[in-house]
Amino acid sequence: MITFIPRVKVSKNWVIIAPILSIVFTIFFGLLIFTFLGYNPLETLYQIFVSPFSRIDRISDILVKACPLIIIGTGLMLCFKSNVWNIGAEGQFIMGALLAGFIALSFPNIETKFFLLITILAGFVGGALWAFIPAILKTKLNVNEILVSLMLVYVAMLFIDFIVRGPLRDPMSFGFPLSKPYPEGAIINKIPFPGIGFLGQLHYGILFVFLLVPISWIFVNKTLGGFKINVLGSAPQAAKFAGFKQNSITLTVLLLSGGLAGVAGVIEVSANIGQLQPEVSFGYGFTAIIVAFLGRLSPVGILFAGIIIATVKLGADNAQMTMGIPKVVTGLFEGILLFFLLTGETLQKYKIKWSEGK
Amino acid sequence: MEALILTIIATSIPLLLAATGELIAEKSGILNLGVEGMMLSGAVGALGAVLWLENPYYGIVAGALSGVLMASIFSVFTINFMTNQVATGLGLTIFATGLTGLAGAPLVGKTIPSLPKIEIFLLSDVPLIGSILFKQDFVAYLSIAIIIFISFFLKYSKSGIILRAVGDDHQSAHSVGYPVKKIRWYATCFGGMCAGIGGAYIPLVLTPHWSEGMTAGRGWIALALVVFASWIPWRIIVGALIFGGITIAQLVGQARGWPIPSQLLSMMPYIATIIALTMISGRLSKNNSVVPSSLGKPFFGNQ
Repeated sequence: MITFIPRVKVSKNWVIIAPILSIVFTIFFGLLIFTFLGYNPLETLYQIFVSPFSRIDRISDILVKACPLIIIGTGLMLCFKSNVWNIGAEGQFIMGALLAGFIALSFPNIETKFFLLITILAGFVGGALWAFIPAILKTKLNVNEILVSLMLVYVAMLFIDFIVRGPLRDPMSFGFPLSKPYPEGAIINKIPFPGIGFLGQLHYGILFVFLLVPISWIFVNKTLGGFKINVLGSAPQAAKFAGFKQNSITLTVLLLSGGLAGVAGVIEVSANIGQLQPEVSFGYGFTAIIVAFLGRLSPVGILFAGIIIATVKLGADNAQMTMGIPKVVTGLFEGILLFFLLTGETLQKYKIKWSEGK
Repeated sequence: MEALILTIIATSIPLLLAATGELIAEKSGILNLGVEGMMLSGAVGALGAVLWLENPYYGIVAGALSGVLMASIFSVFTINFMTNQVATGLGLTIFATGLTGLAGAPLVGKTIPSLPKIEIFLLSDVPLIGSILFKQDFVAYLSIAIIIFISFFLKYSKSGIILRAVGDDHQSAHSVGYPVKKIRWYATCFGGMCAGIGGAYIPLVLTPHWSEGMTAGRGWIALALVVFASWIPWRIIVGALIFGGITIAQLVGQARGWPIPSQLLSMMPYIATIIALTMISGRLSKNNSVVPSSLGKPFFGNQ
């Protein structure tokens, strides 16, 4: 039978090898399933993993797509590290975008880009408020945050649908469920490159990522707050004896992750859409869960993980256009990837020993 | 009125089955958040089988098998590789959403025949209750049979008591000599089977064609129902009927043009879930004994 023996020391290399091995295994099993369902595996492999790199504007689109994933993933990292399971980032993303959109549409003539500071703040508040519901229920009444945060995703989706078809609908939209376009001050512009012009959709929102990654690294590794989160997740008993208040940590990480998801929502809508519409998210909130795990719950890891997963997402778009494979297929890869990543985590802590007999 | 009650029952059956299966898994200490994914697999499996074999009963079998297959994947990782159950369950739902989207793509636009109603001799002629209770389809009878069976199983059978022991304290159960991992495998697969049949019921009776993510959160509501029922089987029936009722109420409201926007009505089942969880959780935190103590904790074998 198989027994697991705890490792005395965790190999440093394993921290990097495990995600890479997981990706290799995932590609192998993914292709096996594709072959089984009658698709050409090599063509699929090319479309999903290679075609996103085939042109420079496509590479910059990877960054655009990775942007919300990294922002949400960083927030989720704080939750998952402290064993709080916020799986409703999708809803927090929507509510952040919605509140920011409401503010933006209330000032139709504003032109100064400083206004973006206000809309981004509004996005943070909107997302954090939506996360506050599972947070307060969890800390006050011990209600399962997994189910509450997820239920609120459905509520948020229906709510934005209602708002965009009802109160905030543009009377000039010819019956389409769209709000008025945002004022100039609430739009995030594309980045012009001298001599080249724009690179795909690459926009200034990406700067937020470059700000967020170092800040979150410092927070996690160098501050007392980050230390508390780490201890609570890895050794809850120790955290209790040290007198860390579990409830206030739970509340904080939920509000921060909700807020960041909301900010991601603002950036996505302000840079790529420019007005409110019934669908603003396309599953970023759920995909970011995989990003957080692939990044091994570390800020720098999440940066890379976001780029990898964004590549697969774009590749799946290409595969849909050229091969007619449904876009949801990325879920297949994401699910398998998560299974192997989690297995890697076990193998990091335990050695497998095979023995004969019982 | 009668038609209304029949629709409420039909709407609650997928919830009832999925929640019952999850209850058994949780009683053994396994928290499987992949219910939504297992239901989706059951739905697509049933659709494929019925289109291929042209007999709705094969849909039930195919749904059950698809659910068990998904549950086996979950079991390999959580039980044998001791991965985090919450994350693995999420992974299973994400995986199944992708897989069913791919497998279901060729089925789009095709319609399947509905599961026939079975009239029970004489009883179905009883006024009022006859046509409600004794003129149902096979899965409806099956789901009630399963609930009755597991109520007795958990309370009176030796295997049921062992199952609960494993869920309450896997270390002790192991030292007494019970095969913890094997029991959890069985329990999780039973959960997968029930969720698969519950998922199959959606195309077989409720909407006879495939659309991506057609379970629409029922798997998550089923998970909430287990908490709502405080892990007591018969209470799942009550919970499932309440949720079936709320779902139908909002549909009726939309059809009759209540002066409330349809989206706000559609939120009702989800908001009701949150309210129900809140009411029950407050009570549960005072009386913790009903929650299986080893729920969600990995078992490492002999240490």
